Amino acid sequence: MVQTFKQQSNFKVIGTRPVRHDGFDKVTGRAIYAGDVKLPGLIWGALARSPHAHAKIKSIDTSVAEKIDGVLAIITSKDMPETEDKMIDLGEGDENPRWTSNKLMAGDKALYKGHPVAAIAAVDRYTAEQAATKIKVEYEILEAHNDVDSALEKDATIILETLVGDDLGEEVKNTNMATHEKHDFGDVDKAFTEAAFIEENTYTMQMVHQGYIEPHMATAFWDEEDRVKIWTGTQGAFTARTALSGLLKLDVSRIKVTPCEIGGGFGGKIPVYLEPIAALLSKKTGRPVKMVMERTAVFETTGPTPGGKVWVKIGADKNGKLIAAESKIWFEAGCNPGSMIGPAAQCIYAPYDIPNTRIDTYDVIVNKPKVAAYRAPGSPQVAFAMESAVNDLCEKAGWDSMEFRMNNASDQGTRRGDGVRFSVIGTKEVINATKNSEHWNSDIGQPEEGKVRGRGISHGYWFNIGLKSSVNLNVNKDGTVTLIEGSTDIGGSRSSISMQAAEVLGIPAEDVRPSIVDTDSVGYTDVTGGSRTTYATGFAAWKAANNLVSELKNQVALYFDRKLEDVSFDSGVFTVKTDTVNEKPEKTISFKELAEKLYDFCGPVNSVGSVDLESAGDGFGMHIADVEIDLSTGKTDVIRYTAVQDVGKAIHPSYVEGQMQGGSAQGIGWALNEEYYMKEEGGMVNSSFLDYRMPTSLDLPNIETILVEVPTPLHPYGVRGVGEVPICPPLAAIGNALKDALDIRFTDLPMNPAKIVKALTKK
Amino acid sequence: MTTNIHITTKINNQPYEFLAPSYMSLLDALREIVGLTGTKEGCLDGNCGACTVNIDGRIVDSCLVLAAEIDGCDVQTVEGLATSEGLHPLQKAFLEEAALQCGICTPGFLVAAKGLLDNEPNPSEHRIRHWLAGNLCRCTGYDKIVKAVQKAASES
Repeated sequence: MVQTFKQQSNFKVIGTRPVRHDGFDKVTGRAIYAGDVKLPGLIWGALARSPHAHAKIKSIDTSVAEKIDGVLAIITSKDMPETEDKMIDLGEGDENPRWTSNKLMAGDKALYKGHPVAAIAAVDRYTAEQAATKIKVEYEILEAHNDVDSALEKDATIILETLVGDDLGEEVKNTNMATHEKHDFGDVDKAFTEAAFIEENTYTMQMVHQGYIEPHMATAFWDEEDRVKIWTGTQGAFTARTALSGLLKLDVSRIKVTPCEIGGGFGGKIPVYLEPIAALLSKKTGRPVKMVMERTAVFETTGPTPGGKVWVKIGADKNGKLIAAESKIWFEAGCNPGSMIGPAAQCIYAPYDIPNTRIDTYDVIVNKPKVAAYRAPGSPQVAFAMESAVNDLCEKAGWDSMEFRMNNASDQGTRRGDGVRFSVIGTKEVINATKNSEHWNSDIGQPEEGKVRGRGISHGYWFNIGLKSSVNLNVNKDGTVTLIEGSTDIGGSRSSISMQAAEVLGIPAEDVRPSIVDTDSVGYTDVTGGSRTTYATGFAAWKAANNLVSELKNQVALYFDRKLEDVSFDSGVFTVKTDTVNEKPEKTISFKELAEKLYDFCGPVNSVGSVDLESAGDGFGMHIADVEIDLSTGKTDVIRYTAVQDVGKAIHPSYVEGQMQGGSAQGIGWALNEEYYMKEEGGMVNSSFLDYRMPTSLDLPNIETILVEVPTPLHPYGVRGVGEVPICPPLAAIGNALKDALDIRFTDLPMNPAKIVKALTKK
Repeated sequence: MTTNIHITTKINNQPYEFLAPSYMSLLDALREIVGLTGTKEGCLDGNCGACTVNIDGRIVDSCLVLAAEIDGCDVQTVEGLATSEGLHPLQKAFLEEAALQCGICTPGFLVAAKGLLDNEPNPSEHRIRHWLAGNLCRCTGYDKIVKAVQKAASES
């Protein structure tokens, strides 16, 4: 039975905007990121990588590299531990260590451009990188598959010979299709025969990268007792430990992961890349080994989100009620199985209440890097398809698309495309807030000559996750509290977690001092991901704070020599009520006063809070995009942008707005510019920030935010995850704005100037 | 054979003298030799601006400058922004406006923004966006960064 909470509204700390606890360290350059770690005797590692996207490795000759002055060790796939061929739970998804090991160091085949083939340890970085260029590999080049259509052709070259595909439960051999799943509710075929209006289209998209500014970096030390210490920028120290345990064949207790400050992740820093390689080089040399990934390799070998193809068909009756939806979703998994087809199915129809739905999803192996989570993984792709189709359906039938979205909005009890029914959600509140916004009710204005303007809207949805978190609290003599947690702080979560403890304890946010510690120093905590951190680790902090209050009540009773049941606590003050029987007066003592007295009275007081939350409050958002297109160059400028979202309860509104603005910016980049541009023979061409072209400050307007608060009963303060929803709507919001401006429907991402000019020429 | 170059320079108004290999970037020299790790590595090809420093009044990507080139120069890094009087107005504004999330790009943005305000105390929003376009941030969407620079400009 899931615990639910009655929501309160009179907050003292929650909803305020204190300076974040790690702020001073981060504006002065003092904060220690993974690249800043220095250990005595430190040496450097580097990787030699395959220039081919698909090739047999016939031989590897390390002899020249070995002779270079300063080279201390070289490893290849032969040095990788024999890993188990089974799925292990990494919190936000499962992973097979054998596949992962093979992804990190190529065995008999290179499966994507940049696939590591050897690793070198040397006295310094320059020597290691130089030696990496001297590794001689003999390749036999194979046909590479860049996309799902090519990989699924009848005579396609098989990428993973040992893969056994799962086609609706049937085993399939000699295939590049890892998984085919189906979700079918109601009678879809019959409903379509009854539909008055039907819209059907296929949408395509390329892989895009998370684009964190800090490349992957890690330092490892393997000691004489086979204990491994890792310093890294990871979204989850404990899941990194679990992954390393599988890859290095060591018990988790032999591995200590210290999560450093992290320079962005967006899902892409959940997997390990350099950590196991650095550990094996350390084992071989007996020295701590540091590795920093070059930017080209970040693009070519680490976690993009899937490209692919989404076919969607929707039908409504003559009154504008959606009655049927069907879709097929093909995602590129990269070189190993495991794209986000599950989440895509969960998300595609979520903003709507549709009685008859069917979804087929396909996980397809291609010669590209293995995908990783990227902010609402799988959802933006399907939102692009569904929200474009909804607009086109409305246009066909002559309906107002905002009213249509309201009339078909999902609500508590609505069945999602994968069968799950919603708890309390804010879809309708979000639509209303969008409809009533100043932006929606304002005129779009007149463009200069040669330019046209358009406005578009789109929904976005992410389910959010709960999972495991632990928090410890310790009371200091000065009335402050230290908060020990295991959640990497990627965007201000130290504050949003501390504020929840402060609210319970009735003390200022600044009086809770948070520390994020290594895997030996706090209880198990899942990744900073899935929009779970403020929700779940905040929940653990709330629990720890309540446990602390209970313990302090005990001490107050002992201190005043009174009955425990007479002690109450409110807004930071303990009160012992008047004892009429024994003629003892009312007593009050503040948290701060008590803290000082306790030091001598009973010694240290501390508490623990841990949670394992099976669900979280679903998040919905709606965005409005105003665009202006230069008809001669095809360049699209986003001239006004508003993000509306149900955030449950905003703990620190500035950082909630920040999530909405940052997610919107990533979505705008995805809509207009970003893509993995592939050579026909395989391999990414545009693997630099210059050519990949993420939005700069000059490409974006101010991003306006409207926070809607429909608290979820699943959290004591009503918190919903907020990080992932905002990347979902921009793709279709901009696509719909382009349709409004140009009367052209773009179905292929990104909608860049070249495609716009081409479409205008055709028209 | 590596040739070490003898470099005499001023970093954050303090004199420094050190040897660096001829091929070493200023970024690596600052981080690995001088020990100032506030300047961050993002791409090593001058595209992200995380390693922005100020050399003799000009903002540059320190990954594109050889350490040897700063001989006789005056270099300012993020570590030189705050004084014994306290934080620089830009640093304060970044904190108050929540203009950072992960913080990896923050040192570069601060040094770049200071380069703007040193010469143009009252830049327009467009001018700020244009000036900062050489610094990438993937977390914030730039909204709060631009507002923080505007705030620092209005208060200093």
